[in-house]
Amino acid sequence: MSTGLHDGYGGYLVLLTICAVAHEPWRWLGFLLGRNLSADSEMFLWVRAVATSLVSGLVMKLVVFPAGTLATVPLWMRIVALLAGLAAYGVGRSSLALGVGGASVTLVALQLLHDAL
Amino acid sequence: MLDQPAWSVGATRTTAFARGLTVMVSTPGAVLFLTALGFGTLVRDAGMTMGHALFLSLVMYALPAQVMVVDQLQRGATLLAVAIAVTLTAVRLLPMTVSLLPYLRDKNSYVLPRILAVHFIAITAWIEGNRRLPHIPEALRLSHFYGIGLGMMAATTVGSVAGYLLAAQLPLLIQAALLFMTPAYFLLSTLASAVTRRDQLAVVLGGALAPLLYLWLPSLDLLIAGLVGGTIAYLCGRVAE
Repeated sequence: MSTGLHDGYGGYLVLLTICAVAHEPWRWLGFLLGRNLSADSEMFLWVRAVATSLVSGLVMKLVVFPAGTLATVPLWMRIVALLAGLAAYGVGRSSLALGVGGASVTLVALQLLHDAL
Repeated sequence: MLDQPAWSVGATRTTAFARGLTVMVSTPGAVLFLTALGFGTLVRDAGMTMGHALFLSLVMYALPAQVMVVDQLQRGATLLAVAIAVTLTAVRLLPMTVSLLPYLRDKNSYVLPRILAVHFIAITAWIEGNRRLPHIPEALRLSHFYGIGLGMMAATTVGSVAGYLLAAQLPLLIQAALLFMTPAYFLLSTLASAVTRRDQLAVVLGGALAPLLYLWLPSLDLLIAGLVGGTIAYLCGRVAE
């Protein structure tokens, strides 16, 4: 499958434009808006909660409605694997490696079991 | 200072920078590397070049948006559609930047290093910054964050290139497992940095709202999930106080 993105300078120019127009400005805007904000202000607590909710929302979107190869694994397996990762993280005294590893290993194991049965 | 790491007592900026770089070889760095492997495989899958993978990792430097670009181009989306999708994943960088800035305020530094530092704001460096910066002296924070950011950038770029080169050798299921590390890592590290009840509630609400909103408003789902979930969590926090 091909994206039709040009191999030469043209392709890079497209990517650079997307970065400069759609991506990086949000960081600059955050810099401009956040310059006078103190770390213990009420505004800061709200912004932090919004950012946390956004990232958590992105996670569930990637799990429930993934794009590309991940969509080849059934939804219930992705959900079970994520829960297994959470469980491993909890049991493993908040070890990120155990949690993330547990989630991915569970995903592979479920798919292999499913294929074998 | 509460929980100040031993290395930061009387440390120089160079030490703080070097210490930041070492975050690259900790669990978050390793997981980011593995996630970047998944991104590299995706780029090859989409018929793009290794240069494109490298470019996006350096210039965009936010895996969710990188994945979005490649995925959308692969599905034959128009450039306008790609830009809108990228913008919607990137909106979260605004509150993330705002919330990290108070820790990057260093009275003795020039403005330029602080402006450039915001390029390193992406999920991993943000979470590690949030976790580590409050506990070290103010004068060391910017240098430490540069270390964290550059280290994470190294992990992403090397991971993307390695993933691209390995892609042809990896079975589809292993590629899926690598791609799955992204949400698993984002969720656990967000939970790890959510120490208050307010932030924990924000994780639950954002996660619950986003898939529902996606069905109704697929283009604004994340933005609304963040605003609504975060605001409810914040208000609950105020009521509880």
